[in-house]
Amino acid sequence: MSDSQIFHDSEMDLSHRAKWLTKRVAVYGVLIFWTIICLFPIYWTITTSFKIAPDVMQGNMIPWVDFEPRWKGWKSLGLSPNTIFTESTVRDEFIKRFMNSIKTSVGASTLALILGSCAAYGLSRFNYRFGFMRNSDISFFFLSQLILPPVVLALPFLVLYKKFALLDTSLGLILLYTLTVLPIVIWIMRDQFSSIPVELEEAALVDGLSVWGAFFTIILPIALPGMVAAFILALVLTWNEYFFAALLTSTDAKTLPVMVASQTGSQGINWWSMAALSAAAIFPLVVIGVVLERFIIKGMASGSGK
Amino acid sequence: MTAQVDLLHVVTTDNITPRRIALGRTLVWGSAGILFLLIAIQALFEYGYLSFGFENWRPVLYGYAFWAFCFCASQVIIRGEQGKRALFVLPAVLFVASMVIFPLLFGLSIAFSDWNLASPDGRSFNGLDNVRQMWADPYYWNALKNMVYYTMAILVEYAIAFGLALLLNSQIRAQKFFRVAFLMPLMLSPVAVSWMVGKSMLEVRFGPIARLARWIGWDSPSFFGTPEMARTMVMVMDAWTFIPFMMIMILAGLQAIPKEVQEAAKVDGASAIQAFWQVVFPLMLPISITAVLIRIIFKLKLADIIITVTSGGPGGATDSVTSFIFREYRDRSNVGYGTLLAMVYLVVIIIAITIFMKLVDRWMNPRY
Repeated sequence: MSDSQIFHDSEMDLSHRAKWLTKRVAVYGVLIFWTIICLFPIYWTITTSFKIAPDVMQGNMIPWVDFEPRWKGWKSLGLSPNTIFTESTVRDEFIKRFMNSIKTSVGASTLALILGSCAAYGLSRFNYRFGFMRNSDISFFFLSQLILPPVVLALPFLVLYKKFALLDTSLGLILLYTLTVLPIVIWIMRDQFSSIPVELEEAALVDGLSVWGAFFTIILPIALPGMVAAFILALVLTWNEYFFAALLTSTDAKTLPVMVASQTGSQGINWWSMAALSAAAIFPLVVIGVVLERFIIKGMASGSGK
Repeated sequence: MTAQVDLLHVVTTDNITPRRIALGRTLVWGSAGILFLLIAIQALFEYGYLSFGFENWRPVLYGYAFWAFCFCASQVIIRGEQGKRALFVLPAVLFVASMVIFPLLFGLSIAFSDWNLASPDGRSFNGLDNVRQMWADPYYWNALKNMVYYTMAILVEYAIAFGLALLLNSQIRAQKFFRVAFLMPLMLSPVAVSWMVGKSMLEVRFGPIARLARWIGWDSPSFFGTPEMARTMVMVMDAWTFIPFMMIMILAGLQAIPKEVQEAAKVDGASAIQAFWQVVFPLMLPISITAVLIRIIFKLKLADIIITVTSGGPGGATDSVTSFIFREYRDRSNVGYGTLLAMVYLVVIIIAITIFMKLVDRWMNPRY
């Protein structure tokens, strides 16, 4: 037909484009600015672990441009390429603390997940009466533990653990950490379970499964993503916990944060080795954060549903 | 919605014989008997009435675990199908009750005593002496006051988190990258953060932030010299770690708002600012309140950054209650006084949170 354009962009729409562009620039500017705020400390720590004294003092920032990266910090930890196969007491100490941290955080998160998902499932499906306590009271009883600040329990636990010979043991820490993350796990899992239709279990029961059988074979597989989310959130919180670990452990069960904290005080600040230690301490969680970001966000988002 | 019927209704034909009930009862009382026997032996041994006993109270703990197990098992034996349901909640209830209620009661009993763990005298009841000491302790009141400041900072954190969530929710490229990057601070341990940021980046001579400050024109930057500055720095570090947390919760809320609502506002001719304040923000209120409440709860536990960076200084200006009690215990190892301070803190928190919730409730559901 005719080649002439019927619809023209009006003047207003054309000016709109420039406005849109400035808005884009502003948005990305803010985003990039905040990304720098979030990531610069990590970048700084990792680069510092490869610096030597003059580099630190001159404030050199960019490896290979400003300064030549050295393995000095990692060498003092016994983790550099040329020391990795030799004896190193620092490395043994580090590995021990690292394993302690893994043991306590994984142990506590697992225990909390088991206790928490069972409780959350029960609360989302059945009506209970324990004396005067009904479902809402039981839920409140669990969630109210969140308000309890750790200090309140810290000193009584110190005395009790001394009596029970649980001081400076991983078991003691695991029990306490389980207590602190249990409300969060229950919160997330209750949300998960109430989003699963009851008809699924009813069908399973008709097919002859018991209540627990239906829970294990039907419900748990469906709720698995939620469980992973709860587990990771619990893992992050327990891995980073410092207060109880500093108070209740001294030699055997000391965790990584306590080791990092105790290094800062002594012998002035040894920049490169501290940087290497911090980098090694945050490394596992950075990896988890990058790989499993989806689950973490899911976990926290399900909490906001209420 | 006071449904007395279970959501998952199960019809069962449990045939529970009297023998089965008797068996269940014996199990509970038998294991309880063993537990009490263990406690009695250990208590008598401790006070020197018995010549034999255990090295520590650990066997009592095993006794308790055994009793708890028997109790759970007996529920199934006595009550059949109903017991199996109770089994879902029972372990968690027993765990939390024994881990919270018993230590709390024990804590109440030591709060009114003078107990120096380092001295051999042991514990002595001293009535209200601790309360009097607390009343006259300026550092404790100062720590409580600091907690108010620290909690106030949440408003700023909330504003920033909301802004970031709005940005992430808008049409942007590389959304996943930004999300991961923004989430990163939350994954890091506060202790590592306090070294990375507090001790190295804020180092007055070579720290990059000090350099930046000098470049801007602040000749002799000092970040922990004055009380106000030090407090601000603690707030900034804490905010840095926890802003992602609020951001994610708000982002989830934003994504749950149906598109139609915003489109309707646009059709009605609302500007972006109007649409935000009159549509998005009110819709986000419930989630905002949850996020702020959880953030307050986390803030009240604030200690690790303060302990590792400033250890309360200068002159107690940055102390939070937790870090103050921690140092109080470290310096004087007096369990009694520290516990009393913590108990008072708990009471203050409960009152404050109750008032906060009531106000929020009043504000959200106004009664005219």
